[in-house]
Amino acid sequence: MDEYILELNHITKIFPGVKALQDVNFQLKRGEIHALMGENGAGKSTFIKVITGVHQPEEGTMKLDGQPVQFKSTRDSQEAGIVCIYQHSTAYPDLSVTENIFLGHEITKGKMKALQWKEMHAKAQELLDRLGADIDSRASMGTLSVAQQQLVEIAKALSSQARIIIMDEPTAALTKRESEELYEYTEKLREGGASIIFISHRFEDMYRLADRVTVLRDAQYIGTWDVDAISNEDMIIAMVGREIKQLFPKRKIEIGEEILKVEKLGRTGYFKDISFDVKKGEIVALTGLVGAGRSEVAETIFGIAQPSEGTIYVDGKEVKVKSPTDATCAGLGLLPEDRQKQALILDWEISKNIGLGNMDRFRDGPWYNKTKESKTAQELAEKMAVKASSIYDKASSLSGGNQQKVVVAKALTSNLKLIIMDEPTKGVDVGAKAAIYEIMGELAEQGYGILLISSEMPEVLGMADRIIVMKSGRITAEFKSEEANQEKILEAAMLGE
Amino acid sequence: MKSSVNILEKNKTKKIFRELGLLIFLIVLCVVFQAINPTFFTWENLADMLRNTSILAILAVGMMMVMITGGIDLSVGAIVALAGMVSALTVQYVPQLPAVVAILIGMGVGIGCGAVNGVLVAKGRIIPIIATLGMMNVFRGLTYLISGSKWVSAHQMSDGFKSIATSGIGPLNTLIIIAVVVVLIFYYFLNYNRTGRYIYAVGSNPESAVITGIKKDRILIMSYTLLGLLTGLAGVLWVAKFASAQGDTATGYEMNVIAACVLGGVSVSGGTGKVGGLLLGVLLLGVLQNALPLINVSTFWEDFIQGIIILVAILLNISVKRRADKNALKRREI
Amino acid sequence: MSKMATLNKRTNVELDRSVLEHKLDPKKFFLQWEWLLVIILVVILIINGSISDYFRGTQVLDATMNFMDKGFMVLAMVFVILLGEIDISVGSTAALCSVIMAIAYNAGMPMELSMVLCLAVGLGCGYINGILIAKCKELPSMIITLATMTIYRGIAYIILEDQASGGFPEWFQYLSWGYVGPIPFSLLMFIILAVVFGLLLHKSVFGRQVYAMGNNETTSRYSGIKVNRNKIIIFTLMGLMAGACALFLTSRMASTRPNVAQGYELDVIAMVVLGGVSTAGGKGNMLGAILAVFIVGYLRYGLGLINISAQVMMIIIGLLLIGSVLASNFLLNKPKALPKK
Repeated sequence: MDEYILELNHITKIFPGVKALQDVNFQLKRGEIHALMGENGAGKSTFIKVITGVHQPEEGTMKLDGQPVQFKSTRDSQEAGIVCIYQHSTAYPDLSVTENIFLGHEITKGKMKALQWKEMHAKAQELLDRLGADIDSRASMGTLSVAQQQLVEIAKALSSQARIIIMDEPTAALTKRESEELYEYTEKLREGGASIIFISHRFEDMYRLADRVTVLRDAQYIGTWDVDAISNEDMIIAMVGREIKQLFPKRKIEIGEEILKVEKLGRTGYFKDISFDVKKGEIVALTGLVGAGRSEVAETIFGIAQPSEGTIYVDGKEVKVKSPTDATCAGLGLLPEDRQKQALILDWEISKNIGLGNMDRFRDGPWYNKTKESKTAQELAEKMAVKASSIYDKASSLSGGNQQKVVVAKALTSNLKLIIMDEPTKGVDVGAKAAIYEIMGELAEQGYGILLISSEMPEVLGMADRIIVMKSGRITAEFKSEEANQEKILEAAMLGE
Repeated sequence: MKSSVNILEKNKTKKIFRELGLLIFLIVLCVVFQAINPTFFTWENLADMLRNTSILAILAVGMMMVMITGGIDLSVGAIVALAGMVSALTVQYVPQLPAVVAILIGMGVGIGCGAVNGVLVAKGRIIPIIATLGMMNVFRGLTYLISGSKWVSAHQMSDGFKSIATSGIGPLNTLIIIAVVVVLIFYYFLNYNRTGRYIYAVGSNPESAVITGIKKDRILIMSYTLLGLLTGLAGVLWVAKFASAQGDTATGYEMNVIAACVLGGVSVSGGTGKVGGLLLGVLLLGVLQNALPLINVSTFWEDFIQGIIILVAILLNISVKRRADKNALKRREI
Repeated sequence: MSKMATLNKRTNVELDRSVLEHKLDPKKFFLQWEWLLVIILVVILIINGSISDYFRGTQVLDATMNFMDKGFMVLAMVFVILLGEIDISVGSTAALCSVIMAIAYNAGMPMELSMVLCLAVGLGCGYINGILIAKCKELPSMIITLATMTIYRGIAYIILEDQASGGFPEWFQYLSWGYVGPIPFSLLMFIILAVVFGLLLHKSVFGRQVYAMGNNETTSRYSGIKVNRNKIIIFTLMGLMAGACALFLTSRMASTRPNVAQGYELDVIAMVVLGGVSTAGGKGNMLGAILAVFIVGYLRYGLGLINISAQVMMIIIGLLLIGSVLASNFLLNKPKALPKK
């Protein structure tokens, strides 16, 4: 028998205009847990889509059990025993847990192929119990938490007797404890004889689980190591590609008076007791794991949602922010987390998107002045170095980084004092990242206060003057940048009380 | 994760609560009607009510299926008229035609109409409201066209044809029997058949359904076609029952059908809908239509009352859901 | 004028400045849906003219009297559909407006006041729709207006049962039968309102916000657009125009019944969609919809000239609606996905 259950060699995948994967190699040993690491946009997701047959590579070969294979669709890969648990739940929220597990390979009986619900419910319950999951198989999927839904997906993989299980960033939305449980289930899967590809960009996942690790960066294969044999620093260099310091143009900035202060801010069910301030020229990072409530704090300050308690002060004066308009009037801006869904109209030109930031600015009485908009847009787009042929290119034609630059330009049409940046470099390539950091630095230099929400450690450590850590809706620690390091922050984010 | 069990059970009871609430409302309504007019609870009246409701039930089952896929069909009233007219005309010219053949002809017309809707939605990628709104006009126009804008009235129909609506087994009218059979078949289909379940899957998460390998377009076309089939059947029954086929038969009836579905808890965004709840919705409308004249409410109030009930039902649904979400948030520990 | 960030200009980026000067791309300009509509309209006019010797000069203008009432609703429906919403209660609203105006007048209210009441009822119905739609985000506007459609028409039936009401003063007929010079009054009103609505949509800040909301409501909200307020305004406007339609319709028929304007919603939506406004929201313009009003109107008129029955017209309108969506799905744009959940 072959040592490798799955082997991919020299895989290249090209999308119109971009090389999504370039000469990638990957070998999965039988019964191992193999971490696939890389930053956002490194090509991890595309790579698994090649394995599962969603995409067909332009070049390269794939071998299963030493035999060359080609998957034309997910159906092919499923039949070959490969199951993928996707990052974004592919569950059917209205259907029962049982049905989610058995959809596509239901148990039927007789000529009529009647579905055997009793049997399926019992089997599903047995699978869930075997995993030790406290889930009712008759409950509908939509009522479960994200972590529970993932367990159901794992149960589904178990039920289909998958030999290779791919888990795409399963811990991204989980709390520490939930992650711990997930590790256990993952090991149970391995004990059951499956080989597992575990995709993540979290180090703790890799150290806790994986036997070996493969790193992708900028669509390229960087290397494969035994987890025991690679140090933290080497891993970072492999993932980021250069010494982190280069990326962050830390400037010496005079920190001025306070701009924003929130006191005992809370929103039922999301966060509680949040107090901090941001000063002129200061970059304050709000960090923590995904789901800790950071984005919700930002949305509440910006008036998208209303707080259930607490006060917000701008320039020392209490403000009531009931809507984004109120926030902008008070001088607060937000670059939302989901650029494409919350910040841009993809079908619109760059110029119109920039104008959207502050329509009142381009108002002549009741009329909208397009010439004014174009001029301002041109000016801002050039300052932001948006890579496009002109400001009349559609936002959808831009790369992630350039889209983000347009979003920054959009915010700058208003007269702001403080900008909240929610994961500003998510899905942005390394080059554009550097540009965004540079812009951030310049803005701070000019006296803007910046509240940076980020879960990327290097970014937080490299850019912020102060670091506030949240866990499960509360602030658990605050550091000056000199005193902070990755371990301290992670500890506060995962264990802090 | 221990607390989850609790929440789940609460959720379950909440779902049953919805149907229970509807049932209680229905019973209260009946009691009130009975108190005002004691003829309400007579065997004749109840049988009459069920007979009148059976066509609505058949249509509602089909509409529910389409709504589960996340769609809607506004052309059912027009298909009822067209299918009814075609079968009535056939009967007029071939009086000796067996009633069963007339029914089959109506169903055939319905299948054709439904398939057109389905193809427009699935392959033409027209949003369902627009596609079926357009086809509603086409089918209605065709009905007038083939009939030359004339009625087919009682004396032009054979007795065999009319007996579809008057005959019965024992005390049970044929219409009621057909409705019960249809409901049972589709209950089985939607709950115990693989393809039936895929309708739910497509409505619940279309992208996942495609990834899972479900042929979404096929499921969509099938749902609209099945609705067409049921509508064709209903069309023949309608014409037989009223012993007349007209160009404006069942105008606006799609609203009643959709109302029954919405009252019965079928979600307009797709993915959910149960035959049990649906029947309650159908019965509620049936009772109203039957009892309002009995308690001397003018028929001119019917539309208004029906509209208000739909509105109240959907608003209640939302407020119950919002309260549940809010409570779930409050329970979350921070 | 607000302060703007003075950032260092970054190097090595060229954004074509020449585009700021001339924006008219001739290739794009002539490949527009509106040209197709213009051609269709001209063809219909020529055919009408060749069928009937009377279809000349002022007669062409006079023909508009038959369909102008729907045109008023089209103007507002463009906004509704641009939002990605729909309002199927407009026919019922018009019926209710008309019925209330008639009984108010017959109960002794001066005609002028009754007419104001007619518009006010439309406004009120639209406002109720708007509030419900803005507050119940979980529900599609289709379902809400389905309910209010039944209710509004139901009230009209409660008021008038199956009676007709009329007996309006002589001068009330002027609305739909009168002239200003050679131009029918209703056409003139339509043109004025079309210009107002066109400017509102294409030149005003409000119009730009409508396009933004139709394209992406979340982004619009995050960008500080008052999404709910705008929705309520648009549905209220829709109701108001249904009231205006009721005025002209009642004037044209000189009496009213609870079942007037039945099915108008379909005609109105068909015109808007034929005019190139996407049912997914965010795409389309006023000119197309206005052209579509005349296309459908003259088509009906022409079919009437050659004695084609109203029933065939129904079929043609239905096919026109479907054909135009298919054409815009497959010829002009990439296919649109099914409606978002």
